[in-house]
Amino acid sequence: MSNPHAVAEVVDAFDVERVRADFPALHQEVNGKPLVYLDNAATTQKPRAVIDAVRGFYERDCSNVHRGVHLLSQRATVGFETARTTVKKFIGAADSRSIVFTRGTTEGINLVASSFVRPRLGEGDEVLISAMEHHSNIVPWQLLCEERGAHLRVIPIDDDGDIILAEYERLLNERTKIVGIVHVSNALGTVNPVREMIATAHAHGVPVLVDGAQAVPHLAVDVQELDCDFYVFSGHKVYGPTGIGALYGKREHLLEMVPYQGGGDMILSVSFEGTTFNEPPHRFEAGTPNIEGAIGLASAINYVNRIGRDAIAAHERRLLVDATAAVLEIPGIRLIGSARERASALSFVMDGIHPHDIGTILDSEGVAVRAGHHCAQPVMKRFGVSATVRASFALYNTDSEIAALAAGLVKVREVFG
Amino acid sequence: MSDMRELYQEIILDHNKKPRNCYVMDCATRSADGHNPLCGDIVKVYLRIENGIIEEISFQGHGCAICTASTSLMTESVKGKTVTEAKEIFEGFHDMLTGVAAEQGVELGKLQVFEGVREYPVRVKCATLAWHTLNAAMDGDDIEKVTTE
Repeated sequence: MSNPHAVAEVVDAFDVERVRADFPALHQEVNGKPLVYLDNAATTQKPRAVIDAVRGFYERDCSNVHRGVHLLSQRATVGFETARTTVKKFIGAADSRSIVFTRGTTEGINLVASSFVRPRLGEGDEVLISAMEHHSNIVPWQLLCEERGAHLRVIPIDDDGDIILAEYERLLNERTKIVGIVHVSNALGTVNPVREMIATAHAHGVPVLVDGAQAVPHLAVDVQELDCDFYVFSGHKVYGPTGIGALYGKREHLLEMVPYQGGGDMILSVSFEGTTFNEPPHRFEAGTPNIEGAIGLASAINYVNRIGRDAIAAHERRLLVDATAAVLEIPGIRLIGSARERASALSFVMDGIHPHDIGTILDSEGVAVRAGHHCAQPVMKRFGVSATVRASFALYNTDSEIAALAAGLVKVREVFG
Repeated sequence: MSDMRELYQEIILDHNKKPRNCYVMDCATRSADGHNPLCGDIVKVYLRIENGIIEEISFQGHGCAICTASTSLMTESVKGKTVTEAKEIFEGFHDMLTGVAAEQGVELGKLQVFEGVREYPVRVKCATLAWHTLNAAMDGDDIEKVTTE
C-alpha cells in the first residue's frame, strides 16, 4: 500500500470498459443476451495477454525445462523460472526458492499435509481449521488425521460469518500441529483477520497454512507481513490458466520437508541404492511441470500489477456494496454472510425458491452465477441451508451488470409467482 | 421469459409448492435414499408393495422445483401400478428427457410437463433423481421389521 494520493489517482484512472476490451470471452451472448459473468469465485475469464503468453510459448519456446542445452530449452527454463520470481514478488516472498509450483490450491494443501504435517502428527495430536473452509482445506486434513489417529478440530463462526476469535485461542494447545485457515471465504466472502490469527498461533508455537485462493485476486497479499508458514493459491482465479498454482513455504520448513512425489527434476542423483533429493522448490516439483501454466500465470500477475491491485480492490469493493444494496431491495432475499469485512462474493437465498432454479432463470437472462454448496457443505449446514446463490465479482464487472442481476432476480419472482 | 414458462409450467410450480404424498411412511415395505451430490438434493422414497403392486408411495426430502415436482408427480403416476409398469414409465420418462425416441409409446400423462427439461442438460438429474431412487427401492430388499422381542 502506497500513499493515499497515489491510490486515489489509480482509482480515478480505472476504466472498466478499457479493461473489458482485454477479455475476449466477455464479448459474447448467451441465450440471446449479453453475457454477465458473475461466477468469478469459481474461475475468472482470461485477458488476451494470458492467452497470448500461453500461445507464444507453444509457437516459439516449446521445450522442456531444466534439462536441455539447446536454445529453446533455455528459453523455456528462463520463462518458467522468471514466472517463479513474478509469483514471489506478487505475494511478497523474500526468496524465489520459497515458491513451489503446484496444480492449484488443493495440491498445495495436500503437499503441506503430506510433506510437512504427516511426519510430525502423532496419535492424539490435532489439526485446527475453521468452520468456513472449502472442502479442499478439510478433506486432506481428515484423511491425514484418520491415518495418524489424530483429531480435526474446528473453530466456530458466528451468525454473521466471522470467526469467533476467543474460541480459536481456546482451541489452540500443545497438541495442535497446524492451523489451516482460509484468507477469504469462497462461500461467504468473509475476509479473516489472518495476520492476528497467525500471531496467536505462533504464540502457541503452532505453524499456519493460509488458503489464499479467494484472497489473491482481490487483496494485496504480503506473506512476510502476514508471517504465515505456508500460503497457497490457484492461478485460474486470478486471471491465469487452470492447472497451475503456487505454494509459498518458509524456507526453513521447505528445507526439512520430505518429497511429495518422486520422479524426474526432484532429484540430484539416482541409483538403485538410493536417491539424493534436489533442493526446494525443485524437490516438490517431480516430473515435467506445467510450463505454459506458469508462464500464463506470470502474464496474469503482470496484467493485474499493470491495472494496480489497489484500483482493482477499490472497484470490486464498490461493486460489492452496490450489489448488496440492489439484491436486498428484492423481497424475500436473505444474505448468507454479513461479516465485518467481505471481498468479492455475495451469497444469498430467496424465500421458497431453490438456488438451482434461480441459477437456471438467471442463466436464461445471460447472468452466470453459482448455485449450490460451493464445495463448503459445513458452511451451508452452519447457516441451515443446503445451497445458496453466489454472485462473485472481478475487475471487469460493471454497474449495468449488477442491474442485470437485480432484473434477473425480479424475473425469478415473476416466474415463481 | 417465455422459455422459462415452458420449463417451469404451472403444474410444476404447483407440485413444488404443494408436493403430494410427502410424508414418512411407517408401514413401508421398501425404501431407498437418493442424493445428488452436485446440488445437494436429497430424497427418500417409501413404498408399500403388495403382490407386486405399489399400493402406497410417499417421499421426504428437499430439492429444487424440478426435483420436488418430479418426485411428487412420480408418486401420483406409479401409485396402483405394478413394479413392472412403474419401470416402464421410468424408461419412457428417461427417454423423453434424454431425447431418445421411445420404441413403443409409454403413456406418460402429466409427466409430459417435464419435456422442457431436455433443453437443460444439467437439470435432467434433478428430474430423474426420484425415479432412480424409486428404482433402487423397487430392486431392494424388503425392510426387516424390527421387533422388541
